[in-house]
Amino acid sequence: MSQHIGAPCSPVVKKGDRVLAGQKLGDAEAFVSAPVRSSVSGTVKDVGMKMTASGALEECVTVESDGKFEYEAALLPHSDFMLVEPKECVRIIREAGIVGMGGAAFPTHVKLSPPPDKKIQWIIANGAECEPFLNCDNRLMLEHAEEIVGGLEICKHIFPAAKGVIGVEDNKPEAIARLKEVAAERGGTIEILPHKVKYPQGAEKMLIYTVTEQEVPSGALPADVGCLVINVRTLYQIWTAIAEGIPVVDRVVSVVGDVIADPKNILAPLGASVRSLVEAAGGFTREPARVLSGGPMMGISMRSLDVPIVKGTSGILALSERFAPYWEESNCIRCAKCVSACPIGLLPTSLDRAVRFREYAEFESLGGMNCIECGCCTYVCPARRYLTQSCRDGKAGVMAARKKAQASKMESGKK
Amino acid sequence: MSRLLTVSSSPHIRTEMTTARIMLWVIAALVPAGLAGLFFFGFRVVLLVAACIVSCTLTEWIWQKYSGQKTTLSDFSAVLTGLLLAYNVPPTLPLWMAVCGSVFAMVIVKHFYGGIGQNIVNPALAGRAMLLTCWPVAMTTWTLHGVSGPTPLAIIKGTAGTIESLPSLADLFIGNVGGCIGETSALALLAGGGLLIYKEIISWRIPVAYIVTVAVISLLFGRAGGVLAEVMSGGLVLGAFFMATDYVTSPTTPRGQVIFAVGCGVITSLIRAFGGYPEGVSYSILIMNVTVPVIDRWTTPRVFGEVKSHGKG
Repeated sequence: MSQHIGAPCSPVVKKGDRVLAGQKLGDAEAFVSAPVRSSVSGTVKDVGMKMTASGALEECVTVESDGKFEYEAALLPHSDFMLVEPKECVRIIREAGIVGMGGAAFPTHVKLSPPPDKKIQWIIANGAECEPFLNCDNRLMLEHAEEIVGGLEICKHIFPAAKGVIGVEDNKPEAIARLKEVAAERGGTIEILPHKVKYPQGAEKMLIYTVTEQEVPSGALPADVGCLVINVRTLYQIWTAIAEGIPVVDRVVSVVGDVIADPKNILAPLGASVRSLVEAAGGFTREPARVLSGGPMMGISMRSLDVPIVKGTSGILALSERFAPYWEESNCIRCAKCVSACPIGLLPTSLDRAVRFREYAEFESLGGMNCIECGCCTYVCPARRYLTQSCRDGKAGVMAARKKAQASKMESGKK
Repeated sequence: MSRLLTVSSSPHIRTEMTTARIMLWVIAALVPAGLAGLFFFGFRVVLLVAACIVSCTLTEWIWQKYSGQKTTLSDFSAVLTGLLLAYNVPPTLPLWMAVCGSVFAMVIVKHFYGGIGQNIVNPALAGRAMLLTCWPVAMTTWTLHGVSGPTPLAIIKGTAGTIESLPSLADLFIGNVGGCIGETSALALLAGGGLLIYKEIISWRIPVAYIVTVAVISLLFGRAGGVLAEVMSGGLVLGAFFMATDYVTSPTTPRGQVIFAVGCGVITSLIRAFGGYPEGVSYSILIMNVTVPVIDRWTTPRVFGEVKSHGKG
């Protein structure tokens, strides 16, 4: 019921109900939220707490498939999206349950409703797919270039003043060629921009800098510099929702890693278990040391394979000891490799020290709150220090201190 | 598959470069200079290198064992310190003095401050400074092919020999001059330093900024030997590529590294021109080592997106 950033949904079905594919299982009143729809037709088996990829228990609706995949005509298809009011487009996008499918799962209709004083000049499609191992966006760009370009055109329809650009890392020449071909066929209003392969190129602020040479001010949103960044799978969903009337019920998941027998991209119905996808990819060749949801740099390691695929699951990555042993920390040797690696110019080693001494003010004054948790510093660290984790702790520490300060302010206000 | 999978914090993969590998690369890069020393100064070089490495390693092992710490011998930093100390002493130094220098470097300079990564000044250079203070004669007796004579810098300074007796640039380049074991062959040191820059273990900033600063100042001062002799003499090449670049005791910020290196260059030049010693590399690096925390603080880089947020106010 919580496949997105924002308020979780409340179930709108109960145990024993028969549901169709595409039917709403949960929804919420809150603006920052997105409905969850069934990926199969069948019977609701359970509504209750279940473990998800993060290891936390969350409210889930379990639907047992009848194998028929009977669809509910949830949304109306529109043969010409130009005839649909922009406001209506945004409403359909919400109804379809579209969220950022690159992994963050931020509700797309919220992104498409910036404050009126923000002029959107750029809509950037994120086809960077910069995490190592993952390949699902590449596959999608090859097979569904029309829908991606179409989805971007719909976004341009919502923001007529904006320029549409698709940013793709240049290690995907086939995807670039295919997108260029499609964009030209469809009138050439969309530009394809290949850029260098460089992690973390897919990070929103990095991609905006690459495309527009503008830096998003720290603490600000892309809309503040007139940009929206939308993942290519999200654009695909925007197209299918508005043009074909199909809500978000499935996604492409890269099932990869050195212990996966037959690594592949799988089009998986949402809610399918990680275990079933691993089995579809031939299972494990030997016991994995880690199974991750997402990529190796930012993905989360899972405690169990019996957790559902959600809208933001870009990959399942199973790694052996060879890639992911247990790393033992040693002293920092001040080699400054983390300083060169940090894409936003932080001093990870200094941040690490500040956090370990619980000096959160120092952490904040060094700019630690800007950390995007890309993992580059930890990756390069020869002393194997958990620098990214320190930054996470630091951010949490600063937030806790702020909350405390606010609470005491309110307390003194009462007196 | 019933057991719980291991959970850990992202990122889940790491580069292959470890502290130990970095140390081994630096040690490998120092081998050519050692071979040059062996060639020009003879077999005693091997004894001194062995004495320093063994005593540094043993000291670290004993210290950590009896202070209840986990041993860090496997990171090879003690071996590197021993090697660097040996390269910074004359080939005629009695072995027991070399052992004293090693113990001082490991215990007082490195482990009193908390071991690897925590020391404020370079252990090998501090060890050398201690030896120079305690046994100045033994530490400044230079022999080449069994004949003792002045170092090039002493000649340039005018405290020994005549300027005509300055070795040729070719001899300076290959290392056929009197000096410390590992400092004389600019050729061998440049080969090793080049390897480290190529492997991205050190950046070009410190060595280049250091050497250029010394070259420019010696030109301004109009020193007798000329710029090339100035640059290739003394421990400058060894210091610039292998000592000033020591991670622990140099700044972490790119701008800080340049400031640090220029500072080393200025102090080296001042000591050479006006100081009591003909050579200033060791002391200049030691002096700049203690300024590193301040330099780091001054040169904290601009965070991505920070400037414009001020504009927006």
